[in-house]
Amino acid sequence: MNPVPDIYRILPEVVLTLTGVAVMLIDASLPFGFPRRPLGWIAAIGTTVALWASLWQLSLPQGTGFYNTVETSAFTIFFHVLICGIVLVALLLSLDTLPEDSHHQGEYYALIVFGAVGMCLLTGAVELLLVFVALEISSIATYILAGYRKATGRGPEAAIKYFLLGSFATAFLLYGIAMVFGATGTTQIYEIARLAPSATNHSLVLAAAALMLVGILFKVSAAPFHLWTPDVYEGAPGPVVALMSTAPKAAAFALLLRLVFELFPSLHAIWTPLLWAVAVLSMTVGNLVALRQQNVKRMLAYSSIAHAGYLLAAFAGFGTSGIAAASFYTAAYAAMNVGIFAVITLVSGYDEELPFIQDFRGLIYRAPLLGSLLIFFLVSLTGIPFTGGFFGKFYSFSVAIEGGAVWLAIIGLLNSGLAAAYYLRLALVAVQPADPKQGEPSISNPPVGIAVKAALAFAVLATLILGIAPGEVLRAAEAGAHSLQAPPAQNSAPLDDALTPQER
Amino acid sequence: MNAINQSILTGILLAPLAGAVLVVLFPDRKKLPNWIALLTSLVTFGLTLHLPSHFIYGQNGFQFQTNIPWIDNPAIFYHVGIDGLSLWLVVLTGLLAPIGVLASWNAITERRKIYFALFLVQQTAMFGVFISLDLMLYYGFWELSLVPMAVLIAMYGRKDGPKAALKFFLFTFIPSAPLLVAILWLYARTNTFDFHTLQILIAQGSFAAGPLCWVAFAFLFAFAVKVPLFPLHGWLADTYSEAPVAMAMIVAGKLGLYSMLRFHIGLFPVQARAFAPYLIALAVIGILYGACLALAQRDYWRLLAFAALSHLSLIVLGIYGFTFTGSSGAIYQILNHSVIDAALFVLLGALYDRYATSQINTYGGLASNLPHTATLFVFTSLAMVGLPLLNNFVGEFLILSSTFIGISRSWTIAASLGVILGAAYMLWLVQRIFYGPKSEMVTSKPAPDLRLGELAVLCPLAILMVVMGLAPSIWLQAIEQAAHSPQSRFSAVVPSGSVRSSFIVSPVSGEVQR
Repeated sequence: MNPVPDIYRILPEVVLTLTGVAVMLIDASLPFGFPRRPLGWIAAIGTTVALWASLWQLSLPQGTGFYNTVETSAFTIFFHVLICGIVLVALLLSLDTLPEDSHHQGEYYALIVFGAVGMCLLTGAVELLLVFVALEISSIATYILAGYRKATGRGPEAAIKYFLLGSFATAFLLYGIAMVFGATGTTQIYEIARLAPSATNHSLVLAAAALMLVGILFKVSAAPFHLWTPDVYEGAPGPVVALMSTAPKAAAFALLLRLVFELFPSLHAIWTPLLWAVAVLSMTVGNLVALRQQNVKRMLAYSSIAHAGYLLAAFAGFGTSGIAAASFYTAAYAAMNVGIFAVITLVSGYDEELPFIQDFRGLIYRAPLLGSLLIFFLVSLTGIPFTGGFFGKFYSFSVAIEGGAVWLAIIGLLNSGLAAAYYLRLALVAVQPADPKQGEPSISNPPVGIAVKAALAFAVLATLILGIAPGEVLRAAEAGAHSLQAPPAQNSAPLDDALTPQER
Repeated sequence: MNAINQSILTGILLAPLAGAVLVVLFPDRKKLPNWIALLTSLVTFGLTLHLPSHFIYGQNGFQFQTNIPWIDNPAIFYHVGIDGLSLWLVVLTGLLAPIGVLASWNAITERRKIYFALFLVQQTAMFGVFISLDLMLYYGFWELSLVPMAVLIAMYGRKDGPKAALKFFLFTFIPSAPLLVAILWLYARTNTFDFHTLQILIAQGSFAAGPLCWVAFAFLFAFAVKVPLFPLHGWLADTYSEAPVAMAMIVAGKLGLYSMLRFHIGLFPVQARAFAPYLIALAVIGILYGACLALAQRDYWRLLAFAALSHLSLIVLGIYGFTFTGSSGAIYQILNHSVIDAALFVLLGALYDRYATSQINTYGGLASNLPHTATLFVFTSLAMVGLPLLNNFVGEFLILSSTFIGISRSWTIAASLGVILGAAYMLWLVQRIFYGPKSEMVTSKPAPDLRLGELAVLCPLAILMVVMGLAPSIWLQAIEQAAHSPQSRFSAVVPSGSVRSSFIVSPVSGEVQR
């Protein structure tokens, strides 16, 4: 029935795990004081291989492996490629921005790669316990990375906040999983989807769905579960923020799509108003608070909350088109957000000597290339046509309108007008001539090496491609949506008896 | 020949973009960016001149069309084409490009690469707006046109550029949110963004009247801010006084007015008629309000801004009068206003370069120091106030006479009052700047008269004012065709006579007659 070896189903994860282990072991065996930078290159190469492995999985037939616990489909591959791409850019960015003398560089690279394993696994898992494990793998890596700048007070603060609130949220998710197991007697997603509508204790299913939703909304930092975001983004190092504002979110959105459209499609009538409210709340709160921020990273943290809102608008659409729009938005958002955090890291410096909006004054004269890139990514975040940000919003709101949520689209687009105010403020500060009284800021921008150049080129190219020729990516997203809408029924039938007990 | 006709619009669209790339690639040395920009804009202008020479007059519908799929789902097409309405606007945009470059020649001394690159991108965006026949493509260019403008205002503002840029951007960006929702709403119901298809579907009554009214309103709102129409003109004065000359001369007017004609009246004739009385009232208020405020200004940029508000409102009056003469006059007046405004901006920009102030009362008695400037300024002012034989007279006469006959006499009298006030503030401005006793600043700061580059800009414009006043039929031939029959009004792609005859929208009721 299923001739594909199970190992092929998790090939990218295997590659990433081996890379992470290799980085860790090499780090341990290198003498003290030996430069650790090559480890970053190893990690980057491993991630690239994993990316190719995900693309190679396209040649596999859609199906599951390891007793129906992981799935390979166009949907999982879409997110695998996306996550590997983000991780690759974040690694390249770290290579040139991490100070030469910083401690535990090996761990840093290994943790990024291990985090990637968790995120990739999260998008492919079709077994709730594996979902939980994958989420923990990715979360623990990001908790540690958030506190990587131990010397500053903010680093550990960020890590502890993130850890405490994050564990709390995961507990919600776990509790939800337990409840759904109680209601249906299984933790396999297809099985639950089949059994949940006829479950005798319907309120248990509802409670489970609600608890799981809370856990995931925390991970995507949607209001009202967003309170950790600004502090964590402020405290974490720039390259880590570039990573954790995009890749774990992409994975969490993939999980949310699974939850809404695959696990509990029967609860559609409940999802729609709920996610409508969360979307409106996220974008409004995010944008309004962002208007008043002075710290650039905090401002972008609130902007990312707003973007989670725009993305959730796509959930108001009908099945396939909604999933495709949400997937596309994740990609567009990732491209531009990684890009802007890369620019911010380069401008502010790794230790953030220049964290405030006013510090960006005259950037375009100081560093014309960085200044232009900053404006470019801000333009994309604003949602100006011919950039990825525009098509992301465009698809998201057009499926919302198709789904009948005209007001959601109106609120969303007015919100994007509001957002333009603070994006533009930063852009305008950057083109303002430097204040003669203050003189030039005394920071020397780090040398822009080949790795950062590659990272930035990657982000710019992705943003432009998504804005000018989004056809291919959208087709991939639609293929993913179809595969999520039509899970392989023939595979789940004979495995009724081979289910969950083995894993526990 | 056919191949050229099919690709000419794409060429016009891409030429400035290619120029922008070249500006970025070449070093900023010895005015190299200026020369590249000038050359590019001259080539583009040359390309646009191909259009009127190969335009088939008397043929309804769009010409020079290209229609290829861009994105399959949602179905966005790269569909461009022009008709009598957009023909001269494209040429005008082409003409104003080299003029803008020359006007910036000496004014922009630093960061020339960024300036000219963005200037050329702005050209592409404006061409895109005028030639797009796919709503999504149109929207893309419409939004794109905001970015270079805002950045240039911020970077080259005279006093507080960033503030003016923010104001301009938010004023024009936020109303385009409802516009996008409206476009998406139409798409969600029809699965097409194509202008002509939507026009037919709306005329057939495929939509519920209630929501469609809101959709039409969203379109109108976005355009009215861009024109601007009273009371949405808050951004105009600041933008006029901050923007570099070459940007200020293109910021107001034609994009919004064209969009009104093409996409508001063109798509929603019935709803537009329902809004018309209000718009006529707002337009007349705008004419008088703008003129009164212009009288009270002490800063000539702001004076120019309110004068523009007054003149643009007059065009809106012509558009929403729904008469054949009024529409032709309005379209013609868009061209006139752009030409005259460009000339005034260049002249006042020249004064600003020499004296670094825009306070009118610091000037006085300039005519004997700068005779050429004075002559050209008086000439342009006379054109602006509507002296017969010059261009504005033709447009204003057409609009006012059609309003008198077609709408109401009292509105016409009120609007004419605004025109008279227009003469008052313009002539008073001339008097205060160029005549009377020499002011302290003028005596203490000797300044050279117009340079060759400035004359090279102004003389063609002056000649154009005369020619457009004497022989308006050159332009009106195409314009009247666009304004002529309501069924092809602004204007349907009509591939063959059979289709055309089956969709005749009655001008009075807006119903489709079979």
